[in-house]
Amino acid sequence: MSTVTKADPATPAGSARPLSAGRRLGDRGFALLALAAGLLVLVILVLITLSTAQQSANWFSTEGWSGIFSTVWDVQNNKFGPMAFLYGTVISSLIAIIVAVPVSVSVALLLTEVVPRRWSQPIVYVIDLLAVVPSVVWGLWGLIVFVPWLQNTVYSSLASFFDGVPVLGSLFGPPYSGTSFMTAGIVLAVMITPIITSLAREVIATVPTTDKEGAYALGATRWEMIRGAVWPHSQGGVVGAILVGLGRAMGETIAAALLIGSVPQVTSHLFAPGYSIPAGIANLFPEASGEFRSALIGMGLMLFVITILVNLGARGFVVRSTRRNKGSA
Amino acid sequence: MAAISPQPGGIDLTETSGWRRTKNQIATVVMWSAFALVLIPLVWVLFTVIQKGARAISWKFLTGSPIPPNVMPLSFPGGMWPAILGTLEITGFAAVIAIPLGVLGAVYINEYGGNGWLAKFIAFMADVMTGVPSIVMGLFIFTIWTLHYSYSGMAGSFALACLMLPIVIRSTYEMLLLVPDELRQASYALGATKARVTLSVVLPAAVAGITSGALLAVARAAGETAPLMFVILSTQNTNANLFAGANTALSTQIFANAQSPFVGAQDRAWGAALTLIVIAFILMLGARLITARFTRNTR
Repeated sequence: MSTVTKADPATPAGSARPLSAGRRLGDRGFALLALAAGLLVLVILVLITLSTAQQSANWFSTEGWSGIFSTVWDVQNNKFGPMAFLYGTVISSLIAIIVAVPVSVSVALLLTEVVPRRWSQPIVYVIDLLAVVPSVVWGLWGLIVFVPWLQNTVYSSLASFFDGVPVLGSLFGPPYSGTSFMTAGIVLAVMITPIITSLAREVIATVPTTDKEGAYALGATRWEMIRGAVWPHSQGGVVGAILVGLGRAMGETIAAALLIGSVPQVTSHLFAPGYSIPAGIANLFPEASGEFRSALIGMGLMLFVITILVNLGARGFVVRSTRRNKGSA
Repeated sequence: MAAISPQPGGIDLTETSGWRRTKNQIATVVMWSAFALVLIPLVWVLFTVIQKGARAISWKFLTGSPIPPNVMPLSFPGGMWPAILGTLEITGFAAVIAIPLGVLGAVYINEYGGNGWLAKFIAFMADVMTGVPSIVMGLFIFTIWTLHYSYSGMAGSFALACLMLPIVIRSTYEMLLLVPDELRQASYALGATKARVTLSVVLPAAVAGITSGALLAVARAAGETAPLMFVILSTQNTNANLFAGANTALSTQIFANAQSPFVGAQDRAWGAALTLIVIAFILMLGARLITARFTRNTR
């Protein structure tokens, strides 16, 4: 934000005659139009909450609190407990975060601290290409190309290797399936890498050059400079970037719908099929009606609230961290 | 290598010990291999889509109608034209809704709101809104529009517009920040009203950046599936009427065909995927060219 005070145009200084009524009206009208467009953001967010809450009220009143925190999903008997879906959402996006964060942060550091500036732009374009490939294409490729490869070469050997090992066996042991929490998590990781990289890069770029040069002047190697000067400054912002990525992974629909396996179950086996909230809505909504539809809309509301909270936290971190860096620059 | 690294050797007072230097080299190698790791899925997916899609695409595939049933091989008459037209119409109309509103919203935040709490709050919530899952936008439009007015391509446009709006606001806002305040003050000094200054001085000064940001938002929206699937329904026939009747799009066709065990359906999915990626890439390339031109001119 610039601190220069903007001149008030309502009455230009030294103006011989006041603005004509028509011009003043047009000016006022445009200001109102802009205000309305700005408020539209808030209106949409409120309307999303209200409309989905209204449509899912039926589900909330029928199931009650115990039904809403239940894992029992039985369409025939009208039991719509969403917790298995929530579990799958959390597990698949945690896998995505664990895979994507080290890679994204490394690439962000590479772009800001290692590569000369004229090379960094082409690398950014390449990373952004990942974001241009549509979600459904990742899903198509995942289902037809990636899943058979994972199932036949990776999962089969890992599962037989970890079979019977105490703790790891219950995570990586059999049963295994090509479409699973892990498959969805890996593809989600690829999809959220560009956003984490670009946000982390923005934050890291605000680290004051004086700090970095100070570290070098003390004889630090580049890695020691990154740990001593860059990391303390950008920690908060990078956490924010990770949270934004988490929110994206939780809400990612189509790739998850194709790759997570479509079985609503709570299990520790990461190679087993599961379900996630957005995937469930995408796959089941077309044939749902009555309380079933109401339950799916309710799950949508649940997802909306969770992602909003995650994003609020994330933006809070990013804003605070950039502000602190600017203050010290 | 590094842009700002000190020259070692010249005035190196403390000899960097072997382990410290090794650690530094390990870190550099790790960073480069992370980049290499990112390239693997990108190259793999692009290679597969181009290889399998090129086999499916033909003039007949792009312009034929209606979309043949899943079980039919590619040689069966018909093609993807209904979906291509649907994608272009739905995304185009979404852009027509979202770009002016987004630009106006950004104008409010930067030109009118200034440092007030409302403008800051709207800017913050627009950022948060970029994180709203696309499927939630689909459900939202379903509950407030499709339930009352039935399925249409326009409902799909509404859902996509909701997704694009915060992205357009964000990118426009960043471009408006770059417009020098002197330009505004000079215009005020000539007696122009604020609306005049914004419309004929500030926005034209930022138009290249705004266009490029808007194109990126359109490119993202064109590939979206989740917001469309409940609100446009699906059809095999060409429906040029955006405002009534079931419609279809490339992305929803890929989703439907990907799950099919029939080879004909999978071929159609790959062809549609290549078409969709080409559309998205053209939009992104346009945005990049405009950005490149813009930065050269202002330098």
